[in-house]
Amino acid sequence: MDTQIILIGLAGVLASSAPIIFATIGETFAERSGVINLSLNGTILLTAMAGFAVAVSTNSLVLGFLAGALIGGLVALIVAFSSITLKQSQVAVGFILALTCRDLAYYLGNPFMGLQGPRVPSLPIPGLADIPIIGVIFFQQDILVYASFLLIIVAYVFIFKTRPGLMLQGIGEKPATAFVRGANVNRMRYFYTVLGGMLAGLAGPMFSLSVKAGWKGTISGLDGFGWIALALTIFGGWNPLRAAFGAYLFGLLQWLGLVLQPSLPNIPSQVLQVAPFPLMILTLLLVNIGNAEWVDRTLAALPEKTRKWLANLLRSLRTSPPASLGVPFENE
Amino acid sequence: MTMMKTSSRWSGIGFQALAVLLALGFTTLVMLISGADPLQVYQNIISGAVGSPVKIADILVAWTPLLLATAGLLLTFTAGLWNIGIEGQITLGAIFTTWALRVLQPTDLPPALIMGIGFLAGALGGMIWAGLVALLKIFGNVNEIFGGLGLNFVATALTIWLIFGPWKRPGVGSMSGTEPFPLELWLPTLPGFRLSPLSLALGIIAIAVVYVLLRGTYFGLRLKAVGRNGRAAYLMGIPTTRYMLLAFLLCGLMAGLAGATQVLAVYHRLIPSISSGYGFLGMMVAMLVNYQALWAAPVALFFAALNIGSIQLPIVLKLDSSLSGVLQGSLVLFVLLMDGVRRRLTRNQ
Repeated sequence: MDTQIILIGLAGVLASSAPIIFATIGETFAERSGVINLSLNGTILLTAMAGFAVAVSTNSLVLGFLAGALIGGLVALIVAFSSITLKQSQVAVGFILALTCRDLAYYLGNPFMGLQGPRVPSLPIPGLADIPIIGVIFFQQDILVYASFLLIIVAYVFIFKTRPGLMLQGIGEKPATAFVRGANVNRMRYFYTVLGGMLAGLAGPMFSLSVKAGWKGTISGLDGFGWIALALTIFGGWNPLRAAFGAYLFGLLQWLGLVLQPSLPNIPSQVLQVAPFPLMILTLLLVNIGNAEWVDRTLAALPEKTRKWLANLLRSLRTSPPASLGVPFENE
Repeated sequence: MTMMKTSSRWSGIGFQALAVLLALGFTTLVMLISGADPLQVYQNIISGAVGSPVKIADILVAWTPLLLATAGLLLTFTAGLWNIGIEGQITLGAIFTTWALRVLQPTDLPPALIMGIGFLAGALGGMIWAGLVALLKIFGNVNEIFGGLGLNFVATALTIWLIFGPWKRPGVGSMSGTEPFPLELWLPTLPGFRLSPLSLALGIIAIAVVYVLLRGTYFGLRLKAVGRNGRAAYLMGIPTTRYMLLAFLLCGLMAGLAGATQVLAVYHRLIPSISSGYGFLGMMVAMLVNYQALWAAPVALFFAALNIGSIQLPIVLKLDSSLSGVLQGSLVLFVLLMDGVRRRLTRNQ
C-alpha cells in the first residue's frame, strides 16, 4: 500500500471520528454534571434523519445542523426533566428514548430515503494544506472536522482550567458542597444535559450531511454509534482529550477493518465492522478492573516488584465516574 | 388509611389513563406530520392484528418469545440489573439451537429428541452469553449495560459470519439465512396456522414460574433485597454476587429458549435478525408494568398485537412499520413521566 493511500485513510479516520467526538464530548458534559443521557443512539439517528430532511427541503446545510442541535437538545431536555424534576430513573428514560427516537427516525425518514442531498464541502486551509504529510491528514478536511479539533481543546480547557468548569466538576462530584458555595445544582444540570444533547444532536447531521451523506433508513449504517459514544465517555474517563483518543482509536480500527477486507475474503464486511466492539469491552474491562476488590486482594499476594508494576499500570488505566453520576440532588 | 390508599390507587389509574391518551396523541401527531390519515392508520393496525384467525394466531407467535424475554428480564430487573445484553442472549440461543440441529440432523435420532436437544442447546447458549455479562460485571466492574451492548454486536456479527461462512447455503450465502431444516424438524403447528402450541406453552410457563418465584419464594425475596439495596443485603448475609449471577443465568436461559423457539417454530433456520428485537421490546414491557409479573403477560400480548398489526403498513399505506415502535415507546415514556408527575404532586401536598 503506498503512502498516499495511508495518508488519505488517516485523514478519513479523523473525518469519520468527528461526529463521534461531538457526541462523546456532549455526553461527557452531561455526565460530568451528574446526568446520564442514555438516549444518544436514538438522538444520533433522529437528528441524522431530521438534519438531512431539513437540509434537503430547504437546501440549507446550516438549517439542517440547526435542526439537529434543536432536536438533540429537546431529547436531552426530556431526560433532564424526567430525572431532575420528576426523579424518574435516568437509565430507564434514556433507554426508552434511545429506542423511540430510532423508530421515529425510521418512520418519519421514510419519504427521504435515498434522496440526493447537499453535502458539506471540503475546505482545505490555504498554506497549511500543502505541508507534506500533515497537510493531507489534518488540513484538507471540511469545517466539521476543524470544529471537532477545536471542540476537544475548548472542552478540555473549559472543564479543567476555568471556574465554571470547576463548578461543573463540583456538581457532579459533591453537589451538596457546590450548593453551599452558591451553585444552583439542578439548574446547572439542566443546562449541561441540554448542552450535551445539542452537541450529540450535531453528530447526526455530521453523519448524514458529510461522513455518510444521505439517509437510507435502517441500512444507513448509523445504528450503534450512539452506544459507542457512551462507551467512549467511560473509556475517556470523562476527560475530552482521552475521549477523543478513544474515538480516533475506534475510527482507526474500523478503517483497518475495511482495508483488511480484501485480504480476508472469507470474512463478511459486517464482521470486520464490529471488530471494535469486543475491543470496546476489553478496554472497558481494562479501565474498570482496577476498581474491583478481588484485584487488590490478588495484587497483595504478588511479589513486591510485580505488584508495584501491575498496580501502577492499572492505576494509570483506571477511570472513575463522577461520584454523584445518576444520583438526584435534593437541596434540603 | 384505607380510604387514602384507595384514592391514591384511583389517582394512579387516572394518571395512567392520561399517559395513554398522551401517547396516542403524540403518535397521532407523528402520523399527521408524515402526511398519513391517522384514522386510516389505526384501522389498518387493528385489522392487521385481529382481522382474521391467522393474524390472531400470529400475535400469539410473536407473544411467545416476548413472554420468555420479559419473564427473564423481570428477574434481572428485580435484582437491580439492566440486562440490555438480552438481544445477544436470544441470538446466541438461536445459534446454539441451529448448531445442535445441524450436528444431529444426519444421525438416526428421532426428530422429537433432536428438537428437545435443540431447546436445551438454545438455553445453554443464552446462559453462556448472559454469564459473560455477569462475569464482566462481577469480576471486571464493567457495567452490565456496556458489557451487554458490546456482546449484542458480537452476537450479530457471529450470526452473519455463520450465515455467510461455515453455514452458508449450498452455492452462495445470502441475507435470507441458512438452509431451512427439513419439515420433520419443525415444531408441530396448529393446522392452517403458524402457531406452535408447545412453544406458546413454554412462554406461558416461563412467566408463570417467574410470577411464583418473585411472589412467594425465599429466592424472590432475597433477589428483591439485592435489587433494592445490594450493600444492605450483603451485610444481612445474602451472597449478592451469587444472586446477581443467578438472575443473569436464569434470564439468559429464558432468552436462549426464546431464540430456540424462533428457530424451531418460526423461521426453521438461522437468519441475520433472528432476535427480531424481542429482547428490547421485553425491556419496554417490563418498564411499562413497573416490573410486576402479573401485568407483564397482557401488556406483552398488546405489544405483540401492535407489532403484527403494523406489518402491513408498508404494503397498504406505504408507511414504515416502525410506527408500532413509536407508539410502544411513547406509551412507556408517558407512563413513566406521568408517574413522576403524580409522585411530585402528592409529595407537595
